[in-house]
Amino acid sequence: METTAIRGSAPRAARSHGYDVRTLRTAVVAALRKLNPRSQLRNPVMFVVWVGAVLTSGVALAGALNLIPEGGWLDLWVALWLWFTVLFANFAEALAESRGRAQAESLRAARQDTIAKVLPHGERSEHVNLIPAHHVIRGQFVLVEAGDSIPCDGEVVEGIASVDESAITGESAPVIRESGGDRSSVTGGTRVLSDWIVVRATGAVGDSFLERMIALVEGAKRSKTPNEIALEILLAGLSLVFLLVTATLLPFSLFAVSENGAGAPVSITTLVALLVCLIPTTIGGLLSAIGIAGMDRMIRQNVVATSGRAVEAAGDVDVLLLDKTGTITLGNRQAVEFHPAPDVSERELANAAQLSSLADETPEGRSIVVLAKARFGLRERQVQELGATFVPFSAQTRMSGVDLPSGPVRKGAADAITKWLASRGRPFPKSVDDVVKSIARQGGTPLVVADSERALGVIHLKDVLKGGIKERFAQLRRMGIRTVMITGDNPLTAAAIAAEAGVDDYLAEATPERKLELIREFQSRGHLVAMAGDGANDAPALAQADVAVAMNSGAQAAKEAGNMVDLDSNPTKLIEIVETGKQMLMTRGAVTTFSISNDLAKYFAIIPAAFVSTYPELSALDVMGLGESANAVLAAVIFNALVIVALIPLALRGVTYRALPAAEILRRNLLLYGLGGLLTPFVGIKLIDMLLDLFL
Amino acid sequence: MTTFDVLRMLLQFALVLALAAPLGGYLARVLGEGRTPFPGVFAPFERALYRACGIDPKRNMDWRSYALAFLALQLVGFLCLYALLRWQGSLPFNPREFADVPAPLAFNTAVSFVTNTNWQAYGGEATLSYASQTVGLTLQNFVSAACGLSVLAALARGLAARGAEQLGNFWVDVTRSTLYVLLPLALLLALALASQGVVQTFGPYVEAQTLEGGQQLIAVGPVASQVAIKQLGTNGGGFFNVNSAHPLENPTPLSNALQLGALLLLPAACCFMFGRMLGDARQGRSLLAAMALLLVPLNLLAISAERGPAPARIAAVADTGVGFMEGKEVRHGPAESATWATWTTAASNGSVNSMHDSASPLGGGVALLLMLLGEVVFGGVGSGLYGMVVFGLLTVFLAGLMVGRTPEYLGKKVQAFEIQMASIAILAPTATALIGIAVAVLTPSIRASLQDRGAHGFSEFLYAFASAANNNGSAFAGLSADTPLLNFALGLSMLIGRYLVAVPVLAIAGSMARKSPVAASVGTFPTHGALFVILLASSVLLVGALSFAPALALGPLVEHLRVR
Repeated sequence: METTAIRGSAPRAARSHGYDVRTLRTAVVAALRKLNPRSQLRNPVMFVVWVGAVLTSGVALAGALNLIPEGGWLDLWVALWLWFTVLFANFAEALAESRGRAQAESLRAARQDTIAKVLPHGERSEHVNLIPAHHVIRGQFVLVEAGDSIPCDGEVVEGIASVDESAITGESAPVIRESGGDRSSVTGGTRVLSDWIVVRATGAVGDSFLERMIALVEGAKRSKTPNEIALEILLAGLSLVFLLVTATLLPFSLFAVSENGAGAPVSITTLVALLVCLIPTTIGGLLSAIGIAGMDRMIRQNVVATSGRAVEAAGDVDVLLLDKTGTITLGNRQAVEFHPAPDVSERELANAAQLSSLADETPEGRSIVVLAKARFGLRERQVQELGATFVPFSAQTRMSGVDLPSGPVRKGAADAITKWLASRGRPFPKSVDDVVKSIARQGGTPLVVADSERALGVIHLKDVLKGGIKERFAQLRRMGIRTVMITGDNPLTAAAIAAEAGVDDYLAEATPERKLELIREFQSRGHLVAMAGDGANDAPALAQADVAVAMNSGAQAAKEAGNMVDLDSNPTKLIEIVETGKQMLMTRGAVTTFSISNDLAKYFAIIPAAFVSTYPELSALDVMGLGESANAVLAAVIFNALVIVALIPLALRGVTYRALPAAEILRRNLLLYGLGGLLTPFVGIKLIDMLLDLFL
Repeated sequence: MTTFDVLRMLLQFALVLALAAPLGGYLARVLGEGRTPFPGVFAPFERALYRACGIDPKRNMDWRSYALAFLALQLVGFLCLYALLRWQGSLPFNPREFADVPAPLAFNTAVSFVTNTNWQAYGGEATLSYASQTVGLTLQNFVSAACGLSVLAALARGLAARGAEQLGNFWVDVTRSTLYVLLPLALLLALALASQGVVQTFGPYVEAQTLEGGQQLIAVGPVASQVAIKQLGTNGGGFFNVNSAHPLENPTPLSNALQLGALLLLPAACCFMFGRMLGDARQGRSLLAAMALLLVPLNLLAISAERGPAPARIAAVADTGVGFMEGKEVRHGPAESATWATWTTAASNGSVNSMHDSASPLGGGVALLLMLLGEVVFGGVGSGLYGMVVFGLLTVFLAGLMVGRTPEYLGKKVQAFEIQMASIAILAPTATALIGIAVAVLTPSIRASLQDRGAHGFSEFLYAFASAANNNGSAFAGLSADTPLLNFALGLSMLIGRYLVAVPVLAIAGSMARKSPVAASVGTFPTHGALFVILLASSVLLVGALSFAPALALGPLVEHLRVR
């Protein structure tokens, strides 16, 4: 399996350069294949165009064979452009699908020809049965050793191994998978690099995570989302209205001609042209491309949504539950200040603090050493050189430190140090206690340093906010999205960090139960809640949340409870997920509005053209000055087809997203797509008509 | 168009709105909060009524029961009225001894009054007995308006509910609408009209000696009582054939102003009631603003078209110096007639004080357009606003996506079922009108009913089916509508136009009632404020324009372009 590098880079490559020639060629072929009426039937609007194209082709053919008196070049041209209209819509869909397909192909490569080593009773010592991976059934135990691909989704029940998950995450650094805890889930198609594990299969055949992902990126199993279904009903309703409008126009025209005794009744070709121009072909042709592109944008952020419904719900979310650690703050607390006791110098305190932390490999410990060096240039010393022994942190003493030849140095929580000093008959000074309390009030963590004689002072450990997170929250607030910080800290600390980060609310001393309760409470007040989680104990809350993003590195239970999986395991991405969901809905709305606003101009092009022979007065409606009626009809049809092509990039890329209040977004988009949609066709049809006059 | 004409219209409009606001509050108290005026007097009476009819006023109905009760009452009303008309010759209060109404006309008339359309294929004073007019037509004038109010109240309850099934009790709504709203208002207006000289008598027609010495029979009857509810209930079916153009139905400028104001009063008040029942007055006001935004410019257009000066090509025959006077009453004048024509087609009233067939092409076009928009610019009592709410749903659905959320109205998600029902409600009248006209122009026997040829003939068909399918009921005149085929076709149009809108609206109410509202934030699509008002008005205009642009082009527009 020498595909790791290629597979790893595939999703990111798609992002950098849009479409290559091969993709375009595949999309063209697929567009032609989609001319099949059965695939057209899935989209009522485009099916009407398809029927119209067949009808006008028939008229053109009959005209060419002199079977009917009328007919001429107009029929032919209109028929041709109606076929183009159908093809353009097909092309948009095929193009959206092709972007996912490249990823799917590389994913599929990971799945091939794996042989599974099945352990009948799950004992490592057993003799293995070799069977093809796709014959593994749920509940069977499989041994995976260094160099093997993991045959199916499952849970590690024994052993520990480093696993290359780049096939699905695109991240080449291996991850550790081991039995028990939150790192026990493995994904079919990933590869064990070292050691061995015994995996119990949890996914059914053909339903592994990888398979689902392939189906999703290909768009094959894409089911229509609720809003998409509702929109299609409306579009079908509108098409029906316009079908009636054009169908009744024939009798109206016959009546006008017979009453007026002038002109000719409107031709079938003109009626079909009018119908196709009026029905919302732009949105009808681009609707599924927009949906696929929305999923695709998620996937390119390395987020796999288990359904389009989840992407849609992401746009509706108005409460974000964000874990403090890793999302709002950098993972670890850092020492920011030394507060010496009254008769101790700051350098003295820094020195003791550094000594007590030299062998402390926790991030907090490292940050103390770093701060001591930054403040006083204290160089790192070797514990052995000093003849010191390191005393690690233990749950009983809740302190760590060193025992130096000159005596012990300890650091720890205030109450632990108080006890330690008391046991040596030493008091804990009130001034130090005051500092401890003041640091706690500010949301920091006070660490007291003491030697055998006295308390030397306090180290101020602090959560450090991620860069730009505050601005992010301000943006979200402007969009009407509340942010709630979830933390295990005490309320005092939580409040201080919440204020610093600018979140709207916080849940302190959070437990999985309280998290679940909070989500339910928000939902009962009509909010839609999104959260990210990775632990097995997050599963109930993930299941309750409207949008639940599970970290790929997390527990299998969490992944199953969520409706999205973030392959990068980056909880901050929740914000991007919401934005992507909103962007997809906005794109759908913008193209719909544009499509319907277009109709007005088309009436001005076609009505005078169709009736001017009966009522010459109606040439007053020809505000575009299109003149000859046949050209006007054709210009409207051509414009209608070209608009689909012109909007393909918008459909795939999505409308420009800005973090603004709804009223503001609405005003901007209405001007751009509503008013723009009213005016653009007047210009476009006129230009096409001028070109037609040149050539026809 | 003079400044006076404009100011008078705006003043009348402002007065209607000023009266509608408190009336809307009263409606909300009566229908929304179940409060009874003078409870000591009326409550026992109301209770006795329920007992007598075997109604349990505490029973709360889901949308299906509500719709069934509504349809049942309408069916019984239709059957009674039909029977009354068919046998009026053998019944009392028939001083002129009019014969039984023939079946096609009786069907058409009964449907017309039950559906609040009040299309009149008959001449009242030459066809109907006093019994038919009072017990038959006037009764349905009350009931059909009360039904409209009830359906609207049910919709408001559905939108305001949080995860409930029930929409209220139809029987209670209809009873209270009639008892506490329509009856007192009609009584007041009838007295005011009588004071202006509108006739009210059960006595026989009056024989008079003309100045030339000839004999004249002057038709009279219980007119004031019928005219009051005809205007208030957006019914529009006049006592006399020429409706409120008749000197005994609308004798003075004051009676004209009263009737004009009355026809817009309840539809406007409905908006205030709606806002109050939802607990958010802004919602009602923005719907009202969208209606006004459509009405006022069209009204000005109609006034300027009717008031003249006449277009050059027909100035020689049409210019009187004060505007187009053909078909208008001198005591009302062209401007007031234009305002009446606008309001009566905006509100689904359909009464006339001039003959719309003789209006200028643009004036007649305005009346046509207002009906073709679906009778949602004020519209019928209750029905106008619930139609506007359907447009509101479509508007938030189409444009609401652009704010990046799935669409919601008043906190409730608008989903496939609501869109399905809204599509039916908008499609049904449109399809009926289009198909109706197509059938009419293709059927030689129906074409024979036309008075005029060419584009104007087409306008006459367009007007008739627009009026019937949207339950307006005003007539263009010029079309001899009392033929069996037209009676049936127009009757069918009225049925579709009423019930294929009202029942889907109730279904929407039921579906919305079950939903829990989502919380509002600055991320929510705002359904109040100027932007939404403009957007809603544009949607109404766009849907109407897109559906009927070709038809309007072939009728009034061609006529206008010819004479200009």
